[in-house]
Amino acid sequence: MNLFSIVEEIEKIDPEFNDRISPRRDAIKNITSFGSKVAVAAIPFALGNLFKKAYGQTASASVISVLNFALTLELLEAGFYNAGIAASGLVTDTAYITQIQGDENKHVTFLTSAITAAGGTPVTKASFKYVDYTAGSGSMNGPFATVFSNYTTFLSVALAFEDTGVRAYKGQAPNLLGNQTYLTAALDIHAVEARHASAIRYLLSTKGLAITPWITSTAANSNDTGISQVDGNYAGATPENTTTQGGVNILNLPSATASTTTEATATAAFDEPLTMAEVLTLLVPAFVQLNS
Amino acid sequence: MKTETDLTNVNVNMARRSFLRYAGVGVAGVGLLSVASSCHKDHNLVPTAGVTDVGSGDYGVLNFAYALEQLEAAFYLQVIATPYSNMPSVELAFLTDIRDHEVCHREFFKAALGTNAIIGLTPDFSKIDFTSRAAVLGAAKVFEDLGVTAYDGIAYYIQNATYLAIAGGIVSVEARHAALIGNLLTEGNFVSSDQVDANGLNISNKPSAVLAGANAYLKTKVSATSFS
Repeated sequence: MNLFSIVEEIEKIDPEFNDRISPRRDAIKNITSFGSKVAVAAIPFALGNLFKKAYGQTASASVISVLNFALTLELLEAGFYNAGIAASGLVTDTAYITQIQGDENKHVTFLTSAITAAGGTPVTKASFKYVDYTAGSGSMNGPFATVFSNYTTFLSVALAFEDTGVRAYKGQAPNLLGNQTYLTAALDIHAVEARHASAIRYLLSTKGLAITPWITSTAANSNDTGISQVDGNYAGATPENTTTQGGVNILNLPSATASTTTEATATAAFDEPLTMAEVLTLLVPAFVQLNS
Repeated sequence: MKTETDLTNVNVNMARRSFLRYAGVGVAGVGLLSVASSCHKDHNLVPTAGVTDVGSGDYGVLNFAYALEQLEAAFYLQVIATPYSNMPSVELAFLTDIRDHEVCHREFFKAALGTNAIIGLTPDFSKIDFTSRAAVLGAAKVFEDLGVTAYDGIAYYIQNATYLAIAGGIVSVEARHAALIGNLLTEGNFVSSDQVDANGLNISNKPSAVLAGANAYLKTKVSATSFS
């Protein structure tokens, strides 16, 4: 966001803009000292509050709880990639993993700023009693005990986090229905998580795993990763192998080559949500425990 | 025209308000009213003759998505019908999957809309060299990126939670496509800097900007006047 281009934009539609604000022009010039892009990023959220009367939008308690839920996931993801990159000799696809690491840390910063700007209290790492990426409930010796020593294990856990992150954001969208500021931001992060999930899957496919960048389920199994420990991440009230969307049976629709659609296409063409409770069940206590 | 587009850009408007708020401008109210009123004028645009308008409300949103999915499906049908030179089998498999997903999306919207659906659109791919890998993947990136920004940008207009959930279910698949195409074009470029901002958020576009991009590949022009 370039603040000075914004001034120019305002001047295009409001030629008197400079006159209107001239007594405080110094303040405007100094706005860059207001801080980093992070602070600037939070501005729209503060504004969402300020102009709630005009726009009927407000950062209600439920919106802040959605944002804190998202921040919890991002803290876990960022911490995961930070530890992976820090583990000597673990990551070989550095370009991929550092890109994702950077994005997840940006999400943490962004959501923290947004929650603060909206008058809420952001969760922090200090909110966690433990974080255990081995899924060992704090033992650090769970099913993924080699997560930071075996690259395949690391990518497997990364995949679970990304696919689950996509489902978690999706599940919160209806809670932000009609909310231009927060719904749009949540979906914008959601899309980046989906890009990550696609990339991790692509990486795994280049290493010989039979997996597509999209979740291609079967009638019998929503989980297409071949990692049974994460079956639950693809299950739920609306599992990934759902084939009915809004009352339309996708299997009965014509496809590119037939009068019906295959299970593989019908499941891969639509990702499915997880509720907040479902996500928390997947994460707590295996991966994380919150301080009570 | 470009100026008009900028005027109605919600993000820009939000940024303006932000600016006023943080600059501590006491007369922010005056400036804001002026911005807001110039905005409202644009909401009264009337459909243009010969252009297919998506309509309003949730059916309008679904028709907007239906228009984009028609375009994407037509593109990938052509890609698979006339594969570029020496298309590797792994790329053929990826692009065939994507074709099937886009046809699935198109057929879903057609079925969900029923008699409320807009007409079938005629694409114009005359600018795309389907024999060239770079041209095909380049166009695929345009369509997938456009799709992601389109769903993210129009989502807040959706009034029905079920439709919003379905839109969310489709947009992440479009993002998966976009990332894969990005990786095929340039290894590791699955979060391209032209699509994701400095905060790690995918950009979103308002419907008129999306359609400006889509109409370049459509003989049947589409508008979304109620979502300006």
